[in-house]
Amino acid sequence: MSAIVVLIFGSLLVSIGFLIAFIWAVKSGQFDDKYTPSIRMLFDDKINQISSKKKNTKEEEE
Amino acid sequence: MSRIEIETINPDIFYHQSEKGQIHCSHCGEVCPDASITSGDKVFCCPGCRLVYEILAENDLCDYYNIDENAGVKQNNPIHSSKFDYLNDETIIQKLIDFSDGISTKATFHIPDMHCSSCVWLLESLYRLNGSITYSTVNFLKKELSVTYNVTEISLRGVVELLSSIGYEPQITLESIHKKVNSDSDRDLYIKIGVAGFCFANIMMLSFPEYLVQYDKVEPQIKMVFTYLALILSFPVFFYSSIDYFKSALKGWQQKMVNMDVPISLGILTLFIRSTYDIVSGSGTGFMDSFSGLVFLLLLGKLFQKKTYDTLSFDRDYKSYFPISVTKKSAGKETTIPLENLKQGDRIVIRNQEIIPADSILINGAAFIDYSFVTGESNPVTLISGDVIHAGGRQIGGVLEVDIIKYISNSYLTRLWNDDTFKKSYVSKITTLSNSISKYFTIIVLLLAGGSALYWLRTDFTMAINAFTAVLIVACPCALALSTPFTLGNVLRIFGKNKFYLKNISVIEALARINSVVFDKTGTITRSQKAKINFTASPGTFSELSKDEKLEIYSMVRESGHPLSRYIYKFFPSQKPLEVKEYHEVAGQGIKGRVNDNEIIIGSNSFLRIDNKKTRKTSATVVYIKINGKFRGYFQISNSYRLGLKEVVSGMVNRYKIYLLTGDNDSEKLKLSKIFLNKAKLFFNQSPYAKLNFIKKLQKSGEKVLMIGDGLNDAGALKQSDVGISISEDVNTFSPACDAILESDKFNLLYDFIKLSKASMKIIIVSFSISFFYNLVGLYFAMQGTLSPLIAAILMPISSISVVLFTTGSTALMAKRIKLL
Repeated sequence: MSAIVVLIFGSLLVSIGFLIAFIWAVKSGQFDDKYTPSIRMLFDDKINQISSKKKNTKEEEE
Repeated sequence: MSRIEIETINPDIFYHQSEKGQIHCSHCGEVCPDASITSGDKVFCCPGCRLVYEILAENDLCDYYNIDENAGVKQNNPIHSSKFDYLNDETIIQKLIDFSDGISTKATFHIPDMHCSSCVWLLESLYRLNGSITYSTVNFLKKELSVTYNVTEISLRGVVELLSSIGYEPQITLESIHKKVNSDSDRDLYIKIGVAGFCFANIMMLSFPEYLVQYDKVEPQIKMVFTYLALILSFPVFFYSSIDYFKSALKGWQQKMVNMDVPISLGILTLFIRSTYDIVSGSGTGFMDSFSGLVFLLLLGKLFQKKTYDTLSFDRDYKSYFPISVTKKSAGKETTIPLENLKQGDRIVIRNQEIIPADSILINGAAFIDYSFVTGESNPVTLISGDVIHAGGRQIGGVLEVDIIKYISNSYLTRLWNDDTFKKSYVSKITTLSNSISKYFTIIVLLLAGGSALYWLRTDFTMAINAFTAVLIVACPCALALSTPFTLGNVLRIFGKNKFYLKNISVIEALARINSVVFDKTGTITRSQKAKINFTASPGTFSELSKDEKLEIYSMVRESGHPLSRYIYKFFPSQKPLEVKEYHEVAGQGIKGRVNDNEIIIGSNSFLRIDNKKTRKTSATVVYIKINGKFRGYFQISNSYRLGLKEVVSGMVNRYKIYLLTGDNDSEKLKLSKIFLNKAKLFFNQSPYAKLNFIKKLQKSGEKVLMIGDGLNDAGALKQSDVGISISEDVNTFSPACDAILESDKFNLLYDFIKLSKASMKIIIVSFSISFFYNLVGLYFAMQGTLSPLIAAILMPISSISVVLFTTGSTALMAKRIKLL
């Protein structure tokens, strides 16, 4: 058998790994809510930004 | 009149409503009437808002106000301390919680007031407010909050009260304890698409080399590996991903209905069997790439048409409108019992804004019942002891005591749900265009396949089998099956952007076919929240109210909680009120008091003892004013019609038969027939049952009926009609079972929505002819028995993609032309 068959089986194995990862992700509910995580990830940054902005304006005022 | 006193008042106060100098509430962002409610340097519009702010400030959670503007929810309904008593009941608790191991307990609540990212942040920071809450997660689109808490330290009631105290009162209704929603079907489709996509891509990679010129030179063993791998990969596609099509086709077949899934299943089945045979017998390489690609594309179409609005519910019945518990009074003691345990003869207590759960007799208290949602009558009615109160009415004002005379399910309103209309399980009310075409399509395809098989049978048996299967493969209506979901799915999204939410895509087809339109009046073409008020002076007095008279009346009505007083109060610009002396209110009659030493009486004509000659006979509700014993004039409070009603009506009046059904009396008949350009048939004093029967009668005479309503009184008609659209001021609050929900401020677009539905049906027909063209090309090869896997592999994706591009493009174009995009 030539190398290409080995390669094809290799690539199939890798992609099956990704398929299993996808199925696991769906089953564990990661696709149930596609919106809230996009809000959640912004929290820390946004608050710091605003509070630092406030600090800046306060300093400027002083 | 004491003119001097008026001049001592700062004139600026009268213009408090002007844009400049407005004080906004630090919590909810609404305009404060004055700056009297403060905490630190912050100003609030009401004590409720201040309370929430103080709780957050105490717990160092004021970042809440930094995340989003106007984060807070206005606190207008003070919560009665016994409101959540029912959460002590173990059976109700068991129904509400998702899971408990005796310590750690999880419960999911629906929170309608959730509206911005600040809300998400605060609700997910609950553990900082109370240590007994382990964690909480939000699903923003569903407006759901899951809380995990330690049940030994805090009760379910404690959690609900905590949520209410920060302004997010969970909505707990009978419906929410009766069913749990599942979202597993979505997950299933994702996995099916994932598997089909995975197999399709890999099979494509394996079969691509065979389309190249040099493929003959490849070793036969490698060819074998390639084709058998493709065969193995096609198993999950056939046995898992495509299984729903077979199930649906079989179901249709059993009901003697040929739906679109029948020719699809036929195509898929032939593709798979023929390819498997080719591979195993070694006579060819099969069509596995076309097969898996076909299933993948079909499933994608399924996903595309499946746009659901998670927070909306289209199947609500009275259960979600009624309270979950009532306050029962026995032997002078008040206890809270679940609504289900309510029996005939029980005495219950009804507070302000509460709903009467079953037909009952008024025993005690001043009843002022708003039936608008139940019967469509726009004006609240005053009842006295001994009167019957129907279930579904909402008490406005003081506390009532009533005796239950009928069990809930036999009450006047809820009886409607016992009608056969509600017993039918949901079957699609129309045969869809694609289903009616697929019937003929299947017959023609079978004839063609049989014909070409017969033709070849005379000379060559294998050619006959080849031609027969090739026709079935090529005629598989992939493009045909994709055109409907992509067209209608796109239209559904365009509607959604315009705040018109459909239950599913078949509503669009039904909407395109209607030929009669039935309107409800109260709340549908009139605005329930905003009444139109004008003042008419009595003859012989000054024409208009003077500034000080206005201020005096304003100060008077401010004291009263009666809805009519509230209407008049809101009618005036907010200003600093004067002190009212000797204030006296007679429930359901009027108010009396002294402002600026002027005696002012406001109320009904019998209360003011105005003789009937001076009062005008009018349809609208009238409130009379007497100042210092002299009849000054009256406020007329009438319905105000929705913006854009004229445009909607004038667009539809020549194309559709228009009817108006209302629970109200015919006092506004003239005005209404003018609005409908004298072309609508108007029916007054219609009970919920009469409305339902009217729709049935129209349908019997062959009409396709669009019903537009809002309240529970329209529930039967909405359910029975071909398309039922429920108008809602706020889509997250209750709306009766219907096919579509339209937000009220988009009412003016109603006719545009129908126009786009009609246009989309034309687009589907055009895209059908495009896919038929591809089918003809394929048939040309198939009938000659020369369909190679290469031609199939090219034809299938090209036809599908061009149909998808055409449908999505042209729907967007049509929407732009109608100005919906």
